[in-house]
Amino acid sequence: MRVKNSKREYSVWAALTKGDWATKLSALVMGLGCAMHKQVVKGILIFAVEVAYIFFMVQTGIGCLAQLPSLGENETEKVWNEAKQIYEYTQGDNSLLILLYGVAVLFVTAAFIIFWRIQMRESYYLQRRMEAGMHINNFREDLKSLGHQNLQIPLMTLPMVGILAFTVVPLVFMISMAFTSYSKEGDHLTLFDWVGFANFTRVLNLHGNIGRQFWSVLGWTIIWAVFATFLNYILGMILAMIINRKDTHWKGFWRFCFVLSIAVPQFVSLMIMHIMLQPQGAMNVILQNLGLIDSPLPFLSNAMWARVTVIVINLWVGIPYTMLQVTGILQNIPVELYEAAKMDGAGPATIFRKITLPYMLFVTTPYLITQFTGNINNFNVIYLLSAGGPTEVGDTAGKTDLLVTWLYKLTIDKQYYNIGAVIGIFTFIVLSIVALATYRNTGSYKNEEEFM
Amino acid sequence: MKNTKRTVVNIVVHVFLAVMAFVWLLPIFWIILTSFRGEKGSYVNSFFPKTYTFDNYIRLFTDRNVLNFPQMFANTLFIAVCTCIISTFFVLSISFCMSRLRFHFRKTYMNMAMILTLFPGFMSMVAVYYILKALGLSEGSMIRVALILVYSGGSGLGFYIAKGFFDTIPKSIDEAAIIDGATRWQIFTRITMPLSKPIIIYTVLTSFIGPWVDFIFAKVICRANAQYYTVAIGLWNMLQKEYIHSWYTCFAAGAVIISIPIAALFIFMQRYYVEGMAGAVKG
Repeated sequence: MRVKNSKREYSVWAALTKGDWATKLSALVMGLGCAMHKQVVKGILIFAVEVAYIFFMVQTGIGCLAQLPSLGENETEKVWNEAKQIYEYTQGDNSLLILLYGVAVLFVTAAFIIFWRIQMRESYYLQRRMEAGMHINNFREDLKSLGHQNLQIPLMTLPMVGILAFTVVPLVFMISMAFTSYSKEGDHLTLFDWVGFANFTRVLNLHGNIGRQFWSVLGWTIIWAVFATFLNYILGMILAMIINRKDTHWKGFWRFCFVLSIAVPQFVSLMIMHIMLQPQGAMNVILQNLGLIDSPLPFLSNAMWARVTVIVINLWVGIPYTMLQVTGILQNIPVELYEAAKMDGAGPATIFRKITLPYMLFVTTPYLITQFTGNINNFNVIYLLSAGGPTEVGDTAGKTDLLVTWLYKLTIDKQYYNIGAVIGIFTFIVLSIVALATYRNTGSYKNEEEFM
Repeated sequence: MKNTKRTVVNIVVHVFLAVMAFVWLLPIFWIILTSFRGEKGSYVNSFFPKTYTFDNYIRLFTDRNVLNFPQMFANTLFIAVCTCIISTFFVLSISFCMSRLRFHFRKTYMNMAMILTLFPGFMSMVAVYYILKALGLSEGSMIRVALILVYSGGSGLGFYIAKGFFDTIPKSIDEAAIIDGATRWQIFTRITMPLSKPIIIYTVLTSFIGPWVDFIFAKVICRANAQYYTVAIGLWNMLQKEYIHSWYTCFAAGAVIISIPIAALFIFMQRYYVEGMAGAVKG
């Protein structure tokens, strides 16, 4: 029988049913299959991993998993110590740590299962090669392959560990928090329980306090993202076109002026804007000194004003970015298209609508999608500019709060961790719907051919 | 007739651009003015300062009691240099693997990266904090290590731009090298890297700038440990109620001091970004 090219083409099931005794036994004694098929060092290393995993599970792992369903039950209690004549605190359970360790152990176990499957396939593959009398790599050759055929292993291991430890595990941990009662409400900060979907119904319920705020924040987040993205895009493109015109002088100078404003770190320029827009800030001072207004304008203290202000300030932040992005692409639009349109008597507005915009949309859709999702997640502009305010008494969300800034307030300031986690999950759902829907409907996805 | 119309349009366009440029530069101009303002206090009722002074800059670097700016600057520089080294290595390795190597896990990884980037970055911040605490990295000087790990840990997800660049290097170069007996590691270090100067510089600069401009993670991880603050938290603190009255003009000075190098790096980086977008081997 022909030996397949890689171990990937053999299933674990085939190894378990058709393998020889060593391959079958390596389901229990991992690495045995490799060791019996001329790869002794590798077999010993695989076995060492198994021993380490079992040792870890017996030592701590099983204990962590056992507590996961209940998340701990013992409260911290004050106990009178007769001998010392003082109150002592007994060490209660900390649900958060139980959850964190539980999630970590689950990840270790998942990694171990994947490792087990790989070694099963590997040993069956080696068995087949040996039966066919083919060459089997020795350990030195295996190591050498890490610099060539298997270069991805040394190159990707560390970055992957980083992503797992600082992105994936925390994310799963936070998602699981959404199903618990971990919150300052009702004093569930050290000891909490699983509550199923209760938090989700609470957030979606229009009649509750949290639910009412959720829908209003969600609505504003979408309005904000639409305005912030499309106004920036259209106006940035118009600016780029004006600078690109044949008759415009000092092109480099104009570009430099606009680029300078984004070269300044964003948090600095936003904080500057924040203090300029205060009631006694520079903006009101200028307007008053010019005699245009009598009393300061409520840029950030009135709900409607604040909403318009953050969108306008975001134009200040975003237009130069768009200008930078589209300048190169604009120059690539075939000149013949414009010449033909002019011959047919099209005015500048028609040319923009019928040629420039469709062409740009075709080329820059991926950029638009990242901008849109970026705006839904645009923490900096809102938090540094208006801090989500103005906030009505009794509410946790302000009038300009986006889902992400509300999430930040709920978790960091209020310590409503479970509600925060639910908001995070909903943000993700909104983002993935937008990303998928727009991506699938764009020309560049449906038809990867050239424009036209 | 046609010529006069063109002149009028030209004048209108240039006036429009001048007004726009003025609007865009106004805040920058104002912050520079304020950093030299002689009057104390926070808000004043004139746009231009009445007296000019260098004291704000001097105080920023000499007053080490309340908000220790030189210390913050040193912290941020250290964190930025370390982050930059780790992230650049991560990003370039992953991009090379995604672009040049073909292996089973590749597609899975790219899909996973796309999904992960859709989650709000700091949604997991609280969890990250507890993980750092469990690892013993949340107290004392380990806070610096914690920040470096947080900034560089997830950097392997941002591989799109560098991958796009590597994709433009012709595959035939690799194939020729393999026929000559080179390993893929040698292709990575001796062929791809030397051809990728613009994108390496771009990656180095973006990861170096990151820690200077982030303040969400820094704030959550440093909490009240003022001696480990980065510049961003320091500047943010200067505008809080407790400090704003005495630190307002110093904030302006600090903002100017930080913005000059970052702006210079950004403009420098932009050139390499444009070059990188144009591809590796020009036709």
